[in-house]
Amino acid sequence: MRYLPLSDADRAAMLDVIGASSVEALFADVPAAALLDGPVPGLPAHASEMAVQRHMAALAGQNMAAGSVPFFLGAGAYKHHVPASVDHLIQRGEFLTAYTPYQPEIAQGTLQVLFEFQTQVARLYGMDVANASMYDGSTACWEAIVMARRVTKRGKGLLSSGLHPHYVSVAGTMAKFTGDVLVHGAPALTAETDAEALIAAIDRDTSCVVVQYPDILGRITDLTPIAEAAHAAGALLIAVVTEPLALGAIRSPGEMGADIVVGEGQSIGVGLQFGGPYLGLFACKEKLVRQMPGRLCGQTVDAEGKRGFVLTLSTREQHIRREKATSNICTNSGLCALAFSIHMTLLGERGLRDLAALNHAKAVKAAERLAQVPGVSLLNDGFFNEFTLVLPKDAREAARALADRHILGGVSLGRLYPGETGLANGLVVAVTETVTDEDVEALANGLTEVLA
Amino acid sequence: MSRYFTDEHEWIDVSGDIATVGITDYAQEQLGDIVFVELPAEGKVFAKGDDAAVVESVKAASDVYAPISGEVVEANGALEDEPALVNSDAEEDGWFFKLRLTDTSELDELMDEAAYKEFVANL
Amino acid sequence: MSMLKEGRPTAPVAVEQGDAIPATFTGNRGLMLEEALIFELGDDRTTGVDLEPAPAAPSRLGGLDRSAPIGLAGLSEPETVRHYTRLSRQNYGIDLGVFPLGSCTMKHNPRLNESVARLPGFADVHPLQPVSTVQGALGVMEQLSDWLLKLTNMAAVALSPKAGAHGELCGLLAIRAALEAQGDARSVILVPESAHGTNPATAAFCGYRVEDIPATEDGRVNVAALTARLGPDVAAVMITNPNTCGLFERDMKVIADAVHGVGAFVYCDGANFNAIVGRVRPGDLGVDAMHINLHKTFSTPHGGGGPGSGPVVLSAALAPYAPLPFVERGEDGSLHLIEEETAGEHHAGSFGRMTAFHGQMGMYTRALTYMLSHGNDGLRQVSGDAVLNANYVLRSLEGVLDAPFGAAGPCMHEALFSDKGLAEGFSTIDVAKGLIDEGFHPMTMYFPLVVHGAMLVEPTETESKAGLDQFIGALRSVATRAKNGDPSLKGAPHFAPRRRLDETQAARKPVLSWTPPAPAEAAE
Repeated sequence: MRYLPLSDADRAAMLDVIGASSVEALFADVPAAALLDGPVPGLPAHASEMAVQRHMAALAGQNMAAGSVPFFLGAGAYKHHVPASVDHLIQRGEFLTAYTPYQPEIAQGTLQVLFEFQTQVARLYGMDVANASMYDGSTACWEAIVMARRVTKRGKGLLSSGLHPHYVSVAGTMAKFTGDVLVHGAPALTAETDAEALIAAIDRDTSCVVVQYPDILGRITDLTPIAEAAHAAGALLIAVVTEPLALGAIRSPGEMGADIVVGEGQSIGVGLQFGGPYLGLFACKEKLVRQMPGRLCGQTVDAEGKRGFVLTLSTREQHIRREKATSNICTNSGLCALAFSIHMTLLGERGLRDLAALNHAKAVKAAERLAQVPGVSLLNDGFFNEFTLVLPKDAREAARALADRHILGGVSLGRLYPGETGLANGLVVAVTETVTDEDVEALANGLTEVLA
Repeated sequence: MSRYFTDEHEWIDVSGDIATVGITDYAQEQLGDIVFVELPAEGKVFAKGDDAAVVESVKAASDVYAPISGEVVEANGALEDEPALVNSDAEEDGWFFKLRLTDTSELDELMDEAAYKEFVANL
Repeated sequence: MSMLKEGRPTAPVAVEQGDAIPATFTGNRGLMLEEALIFELGDDRTTGVDLEPAPAAPSRLGGLDRSAPIGLAGLSEPETVRHYTRLSRQNYGIDLGVFPLGSCTMKHNPRLNESVARLPGFADVHPLQPVSTVQGALGVMEQLSDWLLKLTNMAAVALSPKAGAHGELCGLLAIRAALEAQGDARSVILVPESAHGTNPATAAFCGYRVEDIPATEDGRVNVAALTARLGPDVAAVMITNPNTCGLFERDMKVIADAVHGVGAFVYCDGANFNAIVGRVRPGDLGVDAMHINLHKTFSTPHGGGGPGSGPVVLSAALAPYAPLPFVERGEDGSLHLIEEETAGEHHAGSFGRMTAFHGQMGMYTRALTYMLSHGNDGLRQVSGDAVLNANYVLRSLEGVLDAPFGAAGPCMHEALFSDKGLAEGFSTIDVAKGLIDEGFHPMTMYFPLVVHGAMLVEPTETESKAGLDQFIGALRSVATRAKNGDPSLKGAPHFAPRRRLDETQAARKPVLSWTPPAPAEAAE
């Protein structure tokens, strides 16, 4: 057992000190009926590193890796190039094998990273403060809705129809149990968002308006009028950003009056990983900070007056407040936050702006090319690196047929909105810096074939 | 003006129908460095025993209960910027909120200073 | 002879300097390096990436083009590598030494897990790819589920919860969904005093009223008090087993039968599963739902506070309510992902979705790799050695530190001590900070709350006897100093990158993001 250092001689010597006859004797408190007398049945015995590696590699080999084919999937998870140094650095044992920084004197590395991360996120979102991260964008979105209820003492949230349907689903699941009322519907296949309808629906019972920016169809809407309408009614505007890179090209939600901004951070530094672990980002205005969920890192000094960092405002959290806590969350996505922060440091202001511009330009060119495919039209007026194509047939079938041709061509709206027949022909296509001209040609030709 | 105490370590100064409420010096010492005080909004109406305020140290959050029934007429805004006032001057400048009393007979159940001192001495 | 006298001295020279440690120009002390913030080191022009130029294309940003600067700082690659490497050296990790943080199970993180998780077939796969292109990923989920079900003897597993607390939420939502399906909404959840703070927080989040169950003097759930409180308003009991005092709840089955007798459910907090994995199956104890922290028992890295992963195993009674998505093998032999699109009437009872995609795939691959490495025999040895190491620590410190439940018999995987007997004015925190100077991460402090000045030591099975002996020696030394009132201990740590930090100042005037120094200050 390569991970177990004790030898039989060690065990015997230790049992001697303890005064027990055997390791089994230490389990005397377990009722005999529940104590197995041998290994758990139905499972294999231990295996060598090489054998395990082989087993897992065989499973990995049954998946179509994004980097091995023309790849255009987005809808909340994006393929970007992550610089090699990011993965190298996050694997340093002092980061990888550290715990939550409860002993700040020997966790300044993690804590300073979190302080830098919070600053990066707050600035990207145009907000005052960000926390040390949540599980992912969808759970951060729900936490924001609950926070808005605490702040406004109202229980009705208006969710834009452009909000990621899985985010809606997560919020809907939770709301069933908490009694929050959520108003939402599926989007229409139009170039315009539902901003006007949302504004019209705001009333004095509304706790928050939740708007994704850019939205699930890739559309971009000015949040300013929604923020103004929400504030006039005493409600909060929650902006949801699933593609943080977009904020290198478009105005931040904070500039447009959002009170809480949440989102997914996976795009920066964290790979696709079949959906997780990802990185929930959460930021708000300073006056709301005590209603915020999750860990916060703050600056202070040590006994010698040197600058240092600690976890702070912990009285909001479950280990102190127990049933009165702002959330039951007890972890953050520490290592993913580290990866995000390193990638963001490598990019810097200039790199992030340039990378965003590159994504947008490639997406514009790709959209133009794909709209030339017979029968295909582009839905969007405005978009960043993701847009919706309307096909002349069910997009799920098209996506599957493309996959058979080794092209991962986009996310079909049928997959995201089962049962919404009006959306069945929509295909959401993401074009990042990883997409080449050849990839776009391959998709255009593949679409031409599968639609013929 | 007369000062009353509760076994929840609050003091109450009553002047006419207005009661000023704070936590006792003994309480602030037990809580340690106070870092935040959450105060009730003006106009809020409490029944005796309701959660009225929260006082936080770094590692604990404690509820402050309304020692008597009444309507909040003022909260001590100074505590928002300077929560340390509770530590330095718990029983004067570190007051929490003022209530307009609804039932002065509730005062009869409270302790005077001597009784509170004895209560604390026996803790 | 040729008298060659050049070259450097080859032995230290005696110097008269007393105890004074010289100040340095940089503030660094040899390998202990200070590091500024990226916002102080970098600027808005520097970047560590080279990008191809953007092709010429019109802007289609809907008129919302960003004009304001973001305020980010960039560094070149060498500066970036150095910044994070220097910061990493201010951290303690399992790789450096004993990390006996009770309730957290800080065991060795095998590096095979890391390399497997980075195979492109796992790391570079999108969650919404057609299922025909992700059969291997679904295969990992199927195999991991199989291991978890057999290790726990339960009926179903929900993999998607993102961490232990999220798993608790999953379990309670399944319980609530089951009760509501019976038309039997109940309002109360019973939680022992010694529970993790997440338990009451989760129960409250699900809309339940939380009531405490008292403990007995030997640190276990008071069965009489619990059964007396059971009734038609109780939805569930949340129990941690082994409990947070490091003890096995002997009466778990009795409790479960009583709970089931009134139509309620048993939620088990599986945070301490490492103590019993491979030997005791919670399904045999009457548990209805239990989360399993893959980052504890199954060695996925803690990463400085996450990401975790908290799959939940469910009894047959709760299985129909499991959240989406999950994996099923179809009659054609291929694997299907059951989500909103495919759930249909067959899975109509599912309480819904807890996260956008399928949970922590990167943790599934690591955990499965670990399980396959250990096998069923190795996992049995894991719990055996974890319990052996904890009992060795407990008995080796007898007479040195007060062990409130030490007399009652063996502990499970963690040894609980208290600050009783330390000198006036000395407490658990002083022992903990003293251990930092000895080169160890401290134990969990002041938890569980039921013991005054608690010190919870969980060595885990991946510590050698030699490593434990050194740790025990250090703890003995520090405890003795605390009993003797050694004033230097109040100033500990002396040798860490920072001395004790002012948490009061941090909380009174929160500074949560970097702001440039005021001009006047900068001019000084």
